[in-house]
Amino acid sequence: MTEVENSLNDTKNNIIEVNRLVKTYKGVQAVDDISFAITKGHCFGLLGPNGAGKTTTIEIMEGIISTTSGQVLYSGKAISKDISQQIGIQFQSTALQDFLTVQETLNLFTAFYDHTLPHQQLIELCGLKDFLDRDNRLLSGGQRQRLLLALALINDPEIIFLDEPTTGLDPQARRNFWQLIKNIKAQNKTVILTTHYMDEAEQLCDDVVIMDNGKIIESGTPNRLLAKHFHNVFIYLPKAQVPQALIDKHQWVIAHDRVEISTQQVEETISLLIAAQVPLDGLQVKSPNLDDLFLKLTGHSLRE
Amino acid sequence: MNLKRFFAVVKARNIEFFRDRSSLGWNLLFPILMLAGLSFVFSGDGKAVYKVGVVNIGSVQSTFMETRYVDFIDYQDKVLATQKLEQHAIDFLVDFNEKNYWVSQGSPNSYLVEKIFIGQHNDFQRLETYGKKIRYVDWVLPGILGMNMMFSCLFGVGYVIVRYRKNAVLKRLKATPLSAFEFVSAQLVSRIFIVMFMSSVVYIGCNLFFDFYMLGSYFDLFMIAILGAVSLISLGLLVASRSKSEELIGGLLNLTSWPMMLLSGVWFSLEGAPNAVKVLADFLPLTHLVAGARKVITEGATLADISYHVMALLIMSTIFLALGSYLFSWNTER
Repeated sequence: MTEVENSLNDTKNNIIEVNRLVKTYKGVQAVDDISFAITKGHCFGLLGPNGAGKTTTIEIMEGIISTTSGQVLYSGKAISKDISQQIGIQFQSTALQDFLTVQETLNLFTAFYDHTLPHQQLIELCGLKDFLDRDNRLLSGGQRQRLLLALALINDPEIIFLDEPTTGLDPQARRNFWQLIKNIKAQNKTVILTTHYMDEAEQLCDDVVIMDNGKIIESGTPNRLLAKHFHNVFIYLPKAQVPQALIDKHQWVIAHDRVEISTQQVEETISLLIAAQVPLDGLQVKSPNLDDLFLKLTGHSLRE
Repeated sequence: MNLKRFFAVVKARNIEFFRDRSSLGWNLLFPILMLAGLSFVFSGDGKAVYKVGVVNIGSVQSTFMETRYVDFIDYQDKVLATQKLEQHAIDFLVDFNEKNYWVSQGSPNSYLVEKIFIGQHNDFQRLETYGKKIRYVDWVLPGILGMNMMFSCLFGVGYVIVRYRKNAVLKRLKATPLSAFEFVSAQLVSRIFIVMFMSSVVYIGCNLFFDFYMLGSYFDLFMIAILGAVSLISLGLLVASRSKSEELIGGLLNLTSWPMMLLSGVWFSLEGAPNAVKVLADFLPLTHLVAGARKVITEGATLADISYHVMALLIMSTIFLALGSYLFSWNTER
């Protein structure tokens, strides 16, 4: 397939198109003229540090807030109020109504939609069985997120928006949540995800857009982006083990108490180290990830 | 209007209210404590200021009229004046031309004013008002219940909506097909149910102890109470239509409720109050709720008799609701 055919094919499969979106809050440019498209059935990741404009962008796509200019098209059509029947949303911070149990909350939201999934299916999919009769106020962070995900899925939507769904969860709860999202993807649903966890994007996303200061600074599939920006892998060794002369000769970088060797040929470099009789205890080989990409693109770390 | 969505919100809100035990307990306990406290206080030494009705005040010259801490109110119609005495709107009534005076039997205020009066005029004939005795507690009952309804309506609706808005419950609801109108009317209906339920429980419960005076029909009392509740809830919705700050809404709701508490005739009759105060009070929904309920209870008035109050409540509800819906904001922008 040629490049042109490829792009035509893409357009046909686009479920959402964002065209030249701008959002200004009291003089602050939160989103600055961004455009992208989302392929049906893909998991799309919107990455960037806090304050990059991810939440504003996703909430405009959901029809929750208005644009300053630009437009969002669903299968080629502008957003209407009906869109709420077709999409599922998990906000970054949502309080649930106090004093209702998980089951009652499901009942409440079920009443809002024309078409809903059977509760049994939702309860199984999101693992709600063990705390179905618990008051919303007493849920743990992971349980809350699973209930919020269930509410996002309750109308069996084609498109699911998840705004930083794993922020604040412990590592195990995050991994459980990833599995839930993979299960949803397996049903050929389109998932739109914002996150500032790079490992999350690498695990889940087919396509990513990286935002910083309201602008898109890079986009593509995670692998293609890494291949485009990084040709090398990193080898790390404890600094004490490597003679200073060797470090100076090859102009290796010292990061904290480790020597960072950037190389295209791992075998060659290791042979060189062995030849120089450098002990290989504590040696690490690491491929660059999206964290490194973000650092390279913006000059600052993603968590800053 | 989708009824399924509407009733789901009504139900969820009712569950939330009845499970919040501390707030539920307070809503029940507060009016009972007030009634018990007042009936205790006023069974003793009474208020500091007395209201004395005087028939045809223009022609009177008496040192009694110079007594301090007493309001003198002019009446041309003696029948009306005795009715006011029976209803505790005034404490004492005197006719200097015919040299007789009326006391309200069993009323501590009336007793004290009589003592003051006969210290200066001992040649007047003593008369007592007829009919079943209306105690202060009977008179103040609609005021206390009305005030409790006012707080429940204003704070129960206003505060809750602002809290929902602040912690993004409203935003989550906006992301569903639920419309603002469905949401707002569900809050209204849920609160009417809660307020009427709580008021009925308090009224029936207290009635066992106080055996309240009741001349009118319970249906009429119920209707004026519902109308009052609707107007107060609409006012709460209006006040809370845009705010996102709990501190601000607390201030606004206090600003709305305190004038009503003081000027709507909850504690004392507006009989003899300056005209400006009466005009101002006429614009407060609680005034019409309390006055209407009081007329049903103490005068046996029908809804037709109190049509002025009924109309006032209807008009206020319409204006508050229309403005409230127009101004209502889910306020999802940060």
